[in-house]
Amino acid sequence: MAEINKKFLVGVYDDEDIALAAVNKIKSAGVKIYEVYSPFAIHGMDTAIGHPRSRIGIAAFCFGVVGFLCALTLTTWTMGIDWPMVIGGKDPLSYPNYVPAMFELTVLFTAFGMTFTFFISNGLGPTVKPLLFDPRCTDNKFIMAIDLSKNKLSETEIENLIKASGAEEVSVKQL
Amino acid sequence: MGAHHHEVVSVEEQFEFTAESKRNLLIGMGVGIALVLLGSYLLSQGGGHDAHAAAGHGAEHDHGAHGYHWTQRIIANLWLNSVYFAGISIIGMFFISYNYLAQAGWSAVFKRIPESMPAFLPIPAVIMIVLAVFFGDKIYHWMHEGIMDPASANYDAIIAGKQGFLNKPFYIIRLLLYFGLWYVLWRIVRNLSLREDEIGGLDGYEKSIKYGTAFLVVFAVTSSTSAWDFVMSIDTHWFSTMFGWYTLASWHVAGLATMTLTIVTLKEKGYLKAVNESHLHDLGKFCFAFSIFWTYVWFAQFLLIYYANLPEEAIYYRERFSGYGGIYKAPFFINILLNFVAPFLVLMTRDSKRTSVILKLACWSILVGHYFDFYTNIMPGTVGANGGFGAVEFGFVLLFACAFIWSVSSQLTKANLIPRNHPMLEESLHHDIA
Repeated sequence: MAEINKKFLVGVYDDEDIALAAVNKIKSAGVKIYEVYSPFAIHGMDTAIGHPRSRIGIAAFCFGVVGFLCALTLTTWTMGIDWPMVIGGKDPLSYPNYVPAMFELTVLFTAFGMTFTFFISNGLGPTVKPLLFDPRCTDNKFIMAIDLSKNKLSETEIENLIKASGAEEVSVKQL
Repeated sequence: MGAHHHEVVSVEEQFEFTAESKRNLLIGMGVGIALVLLGSYLLSQGGGHDAHAAAGHGAEHDHGAHGYHWTQRIIANLWLNSVYFAGISIIGMFFISYNYLAQAGWSAVFKRIPESMPAFLPIPAVIMIVLAVFFGDKIYHWMHEGIMDPASANYDAIIAGKQGFLNKPFYIIRLLLYFGLWYVLWRIVRNLSLREDEIGGLDGYEKSIKYGTAFLVVFAVTSSTSAWDFVMSIDTHWFSTMFGWYTLASWHVAGLATMTLTIVTLKEKGYLKAVNESHLHDLGKFCFAFSIFWTYVWFAQFLLIYYANLPEEAIYYRERFSGYGGIYKAPFFINILLNFVAPFLVLMTRDSKRTSVILKLACWSILVGHYFDFYTNIMPGTVGANGGFGAVEFGFVLLFACAFIWSVSSQLTKANLIPRNHPMLEESLHHDIA
């Protein structure tokens, strides 16, 4: 068998509450769920699937610090060292004046940094074809994907579990 | 339904104001009074330590010209604490009102705590009205004898120009109006809430939205005007168009910290079992966000004055930064440290907002910090070079804090700790922000 990569079982649900209950049921049977796709955020889904907590907050803090330091360097260098100017009777290097610039650059770096981190960590980009198990997850269905290579149970066993949990249909998808 | 796997906890909880708590609060008040008496004795003996040495520098402020008596410091402290605690109290009403208006669900479970806070209002109200009527000239520059009389040696043309607003009869009417309106509107909403506990239904909720909205309209105006009256007009020559917002921001975040601290403490004592980590997380976010909001307003006011550098405006910061022998420089910086730097860094992460100890630490920082915020706003204009932080200051804070806790605690005993028939209660019990 020359399977290129991975084989997924894909379950389609009609209701978010059923999907959430299904996640709990299937997980308690010892199956690892790859991901659940939904047209909107479902309360408690992340914890139910067992995803680790996002580290985007840490990234945001780091970008913020970088932005702050950039602003500090920019104002100190331009106004204090390279071309000192007296504005409004203040010393060339009066930091209260630069707080707005520091604030803005901190926010700017944090916002852009988080956006690009999000794009990269989710594999999104202009030429990337997104991983889509079923296009209906962008409309009215809730899609559960299970990576067979990551699970010990057999394909039929998992398929039966998905069906028993209230899925409308189950299909196999090769990637 | 079914999808949420929360344990359903009982909403029947009766808060007990124990004899032990009462005893502790009485001891606290006793210590407060003792400290005030001790401090007063020291002040009357001229033990104002560096006060006299620094008095010479006070001449840049008008109060230097008037005879100073040590009782002024007592009056200033009474005023400062009344303003601070009246603000914290009324923020309880502010919080429940905007939650009603937004039809917020998450806050229903702990709503009895902010709802009980305005019960303290009559005490600062009485103190402030008595002080304004009998000792107004000890607090306000514009109440000085003959200040608006062209024939008098004390005449001040700038202050006389503000007579239309700053005159004693109108001022007393305004004081009565603020406290009257705030208290009556709170009483109405509180009674509706208590009635809802007994009879249920949507009637109380819908009426509360109306009265809450009416309060917000009233408070939109009175929060600004009271900030001018209580605090800004002490430095009568000076004015800032941001002052209303600034004081509201200060009161608001201090009120939120009081609420959060009370909720966490009650939870630790075994009450409010239905309050979960998501509620605490959101309360933490409120404290975090409004600390930043306060900083934004504080800095916006400071930066404009700093940048424009107009003498009549800059004098306000000059007095606090280096005036009166520099005695207000420490509170000036403590203010920024405790109200911005500490809550900003401490409450930034998700975990810290969900950890009781850290949340309490941040709340204490905010509460102490905003005391110093009002301290730096009120003290230089009232006692000037004779200010300081000693037994009198500490005693009064202790006295007011104990009285406030007493009044909120006894108010909490008057109803079930969780509003059992609140239409949003079910949503609040399942509050989950993951």
